Amino acid sequence: MSEPQIATATAAGAVVKAHAANEFLTFTLGTEEYGIEILKVQEIRGYDAITRIANAPEFIKGIVNLRGIIVPIIDMRIKFNLGTPTYDQFTVVIILNVSGRVMGIVVDGVSDVITLAAEQVKPPPDFSVHLDTNYIIGLGTVDERMLILMDIEKLMSDKDMGLIDKSSVH
Amino acid sequence: MSNGNSQGGGGIDMSQFFQVFFDECAEHLGNMEGLLLAIDPATASADDLNAIFRAAHSMKGGAGTFGFTDMTDVTHVLETLLDRVRKNEIPLTSEMVDVFLQAGDVVKAQLAGHRAGEDGLSDTTPASEICVRLQQLIDGGAAAPAAAAQAASAASAASAAATVATVATAQSYRIAFKTAEPAESLEKVFANLRVIGELEIVVSPKPRKRGKTAQQWELRIAAFASAQKLLEQFDFVKTEGDIGISAVVASPAGAANPAGVADSTAAATPAAPQLKLVPAPAVEAADDGFGFFDDAVGVPSIESKAEDGFGFFVDIVPPVADAPVQSPGRRSTDQPSVVSGIAGRRDNDKVVVAPQVDTLINLVGELVITQAMLAQNGATLDPVIYEKLLNGMAQLDRNTRDLQETVMSIRMMPISFVFSRFPRVVRDLASKLAKQVELKTEGEGTELDKGLIEKLSDPLTHLVRNSLDHGIESPAVREAAGKPAKGTITLRAFHRGGNIMVEVIDDGAGLNREKLLAKARERGMAAPDTMSDQEVFQLIFEAGFSTAEKITDVSGRGVGMDVVRRNIRDMGGHVEISSNPGGGTRISIRLPLTLAILDGMSVAVGEEVFIIPLTYITESLQPLPEHIKSIAGHGRVVQVRGDYLPVVSLHEVFNAKPNVTEFHKGIMVILESEGTKAALFVDGLLGQHQVVIKSLESNYRRVQGVSGATIMGDGKVALILDVAGLVNTPKAVFAEAA
Repeated sequence: MSEPQIATATAAGAVVKAHAANEFLTFTLGTEEYGIEILKVQEIRGYDAITRIANAPEFIKGIVNLRGIIVPIIDMRIKFNLGTPTYDQFTVVIILNVSGRVMGIVVDGVSDVITLAAEQVKPPPDFSVHLDTNYIIGLGTVDERMLILMDIEKLMSDKDMGLIDKSSVH
Repeated sequence: MSNGNSQGGGGIDMSQFFQVFFDECAEHLGNMEGLLLAIDPATASADDLNAIFRAAHSMKGGAGTFGFTDMTDVTHVLETLLDRVRKNEIPLTSEMVDVFLQAGDVVKAQLAGHRAGEDGLSDTTPASEICVRLQQLIDGGAAAPAAAAQAASAASAASAAATVATVATAQSYRIAFKTAEPAESLEKVFANLRVIGELEIVVSPKPRKRGKTAQQWELRIAAFASAQKLLEQFDFVKTEGDIGISAVVASPAGAANPAGVADSTAAATPAAPQLKLVPAPAVEAADDGFGFFDDAVGVPSIESKAEDGFGFFVDIVPPVADAPVQSPGRRSTDQPSVVSGIAGRRDNDKVVVAPQVDTLINLVGELVITQAMLAQNGATLDPVIYEKLLNGMAQLDRNTRDLQETVMSIRMMPISFVFSRFPRVVRDLASKLAKQVELKTEGEGTELDKGLIEKLSDPLTHLVRNSLDHGIESPAVREAAGKPAKGTITLRAFHRGGNIMVEVIDDGAGLNREKLLAKARERGMAAPDTMSDQEVFQLIFEAGFSTAEKITDVSGRGVGMDVVRRNIRDMGGHVEISSNPGGGTRISIRLPLTLAILDGMSVAVGEEVFIIPLTYITESLQPLPEHIKSIAGHGRVVQVRGDYLPVVSLHEVFNAKPNVTEFHKGIMVILESEGTKAALFVDGLLGQHQVVIKSLESNYRRVQGVSGATIMGDGKVALILDVAGLVNTPKAVFAEAA
């Protein structure tokens, strides 16, 4: 019974006020700071032993073996054109569990976990055509920092990401 | 189960005894059916008749003890008639055998109903019909033994009419589910369902925005598909408790009988999915549904489920299956949720423990990988200093291998699990088509992976039906051609190399090359006369391709063979056909031994490693420069012993940076898939491994040219090549160029 409830809860998550007090994992891409719902995060690990997939978009770095399961790795820095994609022992991969699928995203660095009350979250400004704000739940304010709160589920299931076959229904 | 308990329980826990009865009864039914199929009315031996009688009698006794009166009623009449036949008061006729078989089906359905915990079949029409038929046979025999045959044939005419009525009726299901999805997003599911059958939305909630609360839906669908198939459409309903599906017994009149809606509270019980398969009255319907080939997605027929469940299989469950479950009594008390949860198919214990077995196999796969990793690292250690450690590692290696072998063998089942349903299929179909056919099976003991066994059933049924309908000629035609009037269909299974071969062989008319070519041209396909026989025969697997002059209810619509090929490809297998006009057709299915592990050759391209399934590799060689030719500028071929094979460069397909670009400095791996050969150019061969197949699609998507992934000894992922796709790459390149 619990699974559908979680699913509906995240569906409702698009509505800003549903985030009464939510925890977000914050990470940096270039100079920007982003936040994703902590419940979507499975673990954080380093970047190594990646197997390239031919003819995949540039931001899909390939697949790795995560304790026996095959997990695709997406470099958010390439996807959002932020920061310089360097790969060394400090490169961080956030392993996400999004609608039953496991995937990893490469980011510049993971900062901390922040609890945001509803009043700390502002709706995203409307950039109309210049910027697709569909994946942004809102902008969080913590002291002087601005967090871009991402709807990671929506982003990852977007067909432009090419992560999921058209045929599979979710 | 709970209904059954309270019905016969009387306070004591009767469920363990029920389980014993169900198992025994299924065994008796299987025995009875086997004997009936083998019997020849003219020369029936007293022993056989006695054995059939005993089976019916035992079932009646058991059913009476547990208070299953519906079963007692049918078995009683059945037993009465059998008794008179075995005492030679009434001569046995082939019509009687038919009726006995039908009666067996009815009892089977009743048994299924009781197993699923119903008080009895909601629709008793088939049961009462069969009782009437049996009674007619008894009366006819008693009144005037000479007129028995006449009475029987009249009766069979009546039943034929009844059958026709049922044929038009698909099985009805009532589906109730809860979901928070809005109506618009369900529309897609409904559209899919409409393809499967006639859909009626009984209860739909008021339209509103996607909210938190789940809303109740209720559908009714008349389809030729199995409940399992329908359930697949509801994947979005995450928890099984939120969906209930129950078979509504279609009355012969055609309309879904409202009184037949079984257990309307099913969906409200979150405990277990209500997956009730009530086969008997629907057997004809499902069977014919199969024949129409309307179920283009290769739906497992209800008949197959029913027979898998309650007919033959119980008595041939291999001993391993019993190991985790010590006694039927213990099983039913300890695992009530399992038993009721998969009530429709808890027939063989392996199916019940399947999830644990799969987990076990995955874990052992992990262990093998870890062990390989350790071995790799340990190889660099100084054997003098680390002697003890290395000894331990060697032992670990041995133990891991033994464990893996043993665990893999749990998954193995003899192919007789599939074959055993065909005597009945062939018998029914042959009499329907007025053909004389003998079915031979060979190599029933051949073992293959449980997953493959389950998936093999549908394609094989298609192939056997096709052989019977299109292959075997009518007796008159056969005799005119100088062949025995009775045709033969042979099912054969055997090991070849690392594969299992399953063959369907008939001695019928064979495939007509000219007709196939003409048909292909008619459909606007490129079909030059120079096509090889193998390629021409493969045409029958194209969607919508049928050379049958008229569409029968058995086959001829051209849907089906493409499904067969797709199903077999999905299993990692291949179909090949050989045929000679007038002499018959042989359809060979080549399957891997198991779904979980394959033998692969690892090859290198630059820094990357790929795995080629060993079964596709015919040889590997380093070509001489003069053996490489090019055709029209693009498209290279390599000469291998007189043949010119197209060259596929793996580094071009995968956009990789190779270390070697000159063909004569690298390696050509000669691949063969479905009769097509190609040479795959790689940097070099690395070695041969057993690899554990991992799905790419569970977290990612399908990748062109790749059939899966595996984890190598160093923990890195390597892609497994889709050979069938790669071999056809040159064709695609030429098509683009042209």
